[in-house]
Amino acid sequence: MSSKLVVTKAYKYFPLRRSLVEILMFKKPRYVRAVDGVSFAVQEGEIFCLAGESGCGKTTTGRLIVRLIDFTGGKALYMPRKEVLSEIPPGFLVDGKYVDLTAKLPRYVDKLLRRDVQIIFQDPYGSLNPRMRVYDILKEPLDIHALGATDDEKREFVFKILEEVKMTPPEEFAERFPHMLSGGQRQRIAVARALILNPSLVVADEPVSMLDVSIRAEILQLMLDLKATRNLTYIFITHDLAVASYICDKIAIMYLGSIVEKGSISDIVNDPLHPYAKALIAAVPEPDPRNRLKMREVPIKGEIPSAASIPPGCRFHPRCPYAMDVCKSKEPPEIEVGRGRVVSCWLYVRK
Amino acid sequence: MSSTVLSVNDLRVYYYTLTGIVRAVDGVSLSLGEGEALGIAGESGSGKSTLGYGILGLVPPPGRITRGSIVVDGIDITKLRPAELRKVRWSKVSMVFQGAMNALNPVYTVGHQLSEPLVIHKGLSVKESLEIAAEMVKKVGLTPDILRRYPHELSGGMKQRVMIAMALLLKPRLVIADEPTTALDVVIQAQIMNLFKELRQAERNAMIFITHDLSIIAEIADKTGIMYAGKIVELGASEAVFGNPLHPYTQGLLRSIPRLRSKEKITWIPGVPPDLRMPPPGCRFHPRCPYAMDVCRSEEPPEIEVEKDHTVSCWLYMKR
Repeated sequence: MSSKLVVTKAYKYFPLRRSLVEILMFKKPRYVRAVDGVSFAVQEGEIFCLAGESGCGKTTTGRLIVRLIDFTGGKALYMPRKEVLSEIPPGFLVDGKYVDLTAKLPRYVDKLLRRDVQIIFQDPYGSLNPRMRVYDILKEPLDIHALGATDDEKREFVFKILEEVKMTPPEEFAERFPHMLSGGQRQRIAVARALILNPSLVVADEPVSMLDVSIRAEILQLMLDLKATRNLTYIFITHDLAVASYICDKIAIMYLGSIVEKGSISDIVNDPLHPYAKALIAAVPEPDPRNRLKMREVPIKGEIPSAASIPPGCRFHPRCPYAMDVCKSKEPPEIEVGRGRVVSCWLYVRK
Repeated sequence: MSSTVLSVNDLRVYYYTLTGIVRAVDGVSLSLGEGEALGIAGESGSGKSTLGYGILGLVPPPGRITRGSIVVDGIDITKLRPAELRKVRWSKVSMVFQGAMNALNPVYTVGHQLSEPLVIHKGLSVKESLEIAAEMVKKVGLTPDILRRYPHELSGGMKQRVMIAMALLLKPRLVIADEPTTALDVVIQAQIMNLFKELRQAERNAMIFITHDLSIIAEIADKTGIMYAGKIVELGASEAVFGNPLHPYTQGLLRSIPRLRSKEKITWIPGVPPDLRMPPPGCRFHPRCPYAMDVCRSEEPPEIEVEKDHTVSCWLYMKR
């Protein structure tokens, strides 16, 4: 097995608007540091989870990988599927099989990569154009990427993918508008749209969080089935650790633009090390009515600060119950604590 | 064990739309004692929010309460005139609305919005009201300086705390919370649920939690009701409903929840909820039910008390 994606020290800063006075006074521009030095590796065929609360930068990281936005800095080596790789001139390759997603690429290479890396959005009520029929929604990517020579061939592609996401009979669903579909069916269309170009990496940004609990299982199972038949790699972005633990192999927990802990999902769920990971896992509700008799121990206080003013030192220290002096001044290093398990916390530095 | 705060009897709330009558709540009965918490779970479109609004007498047109009674603290609110209803609402029953983000008025300060019910219902002066509001704000874990702030200055968790403070201001006997944590992050959600638990012990009011998330209900509710297509299909003590789910729908719901520490395969209920303009005949769940029998397709199942305080509406439990 080889790495599908290796992200090293990736950054994404969004500049804040300055007032005219600030510009005239030569005040330094300020930034929202949405992704602030994130490193992780995704192996081929695995489901890698980016988890964290809103504002932690997980969605921005996902969008960087799909290149909906540009990196501010860092490196992201991506290995496209073989057929795509063979079409890319060797001049743009690193180690013969990787493409750096942060580099400037010519349009045709760009287009090849866009076919190979696709995204499923969170909100199936917002991500499907209400004025387009399902057929047109699914045909559009084929038109853009000039796949399928004739309309008949495109039609065949569309019907095939509809069958694959279990929207049968396809002839009937193809003619519908999104408002004629239930939430679960819409999300199936969103999945179909992502897969119709036959990508090898799919970034799924909270694909089930807008859905009713009873439908979530259905979409998750569909994603697992498609992964098996199409040999996909997923980056699964979620705030729900119960869903993550069900579907993912590995997880990276993000806080305020950086990864605080990463490793295999079972290790982290059963024995979280970073104080933030501990709190996040302790806060997950479970369907056990005995919970109503006791308070949930969530030791962290306050709420996530703004990414425009990240605290110095360890960015978690103002909320951390174990904060020491060193945490307030120096950023913790990445510490390896066992196979593939990394935690960024001063508590685990051997003295 | 305690006096009855709420008793709903055969409540029917229908929406008279141009395309037909939507039977959103169709014959719901339940009762709730002092200090008890009831959780109502169901999919979107099951009528659970309409039930909540119905208990407040707040069904939006074209909806109407067409039948049944809602007795809150001895008063049948379905028989009240609008002016009388306005007095009861908020002082006897209040609500924490879905989507705290948008439930506050952006152009007034939090203090203004919190003092308003006191001024209107109790005839207090603004100054007195603000003092009471400050006390209440402390109870929900905020500092009183928040009263001078505007909603956009607050985070989601803080707004939700303000909404809870607002619901508790007039010391109502019953608080209804409609998806109180859905828009919040897990850590904040846990904090808010802890707050509900604390307040419940301190204030002893009855609560109804309406949510699609059974895990949230397990966090707080003594009793759980499962709603499907306008009806409560199973109702009982939470231990009984979660530990020994009887209705096939409840069983399906519980099996569809991923657990943090178990890799057990989750399953789902195939199909979609019915169109409430023309619900299927017989048991409304029969088109999706794996155990559907002939009788389910033609006759509506009665409410059957399987064990003490645990009822289910399903033909499977009918003794022949």
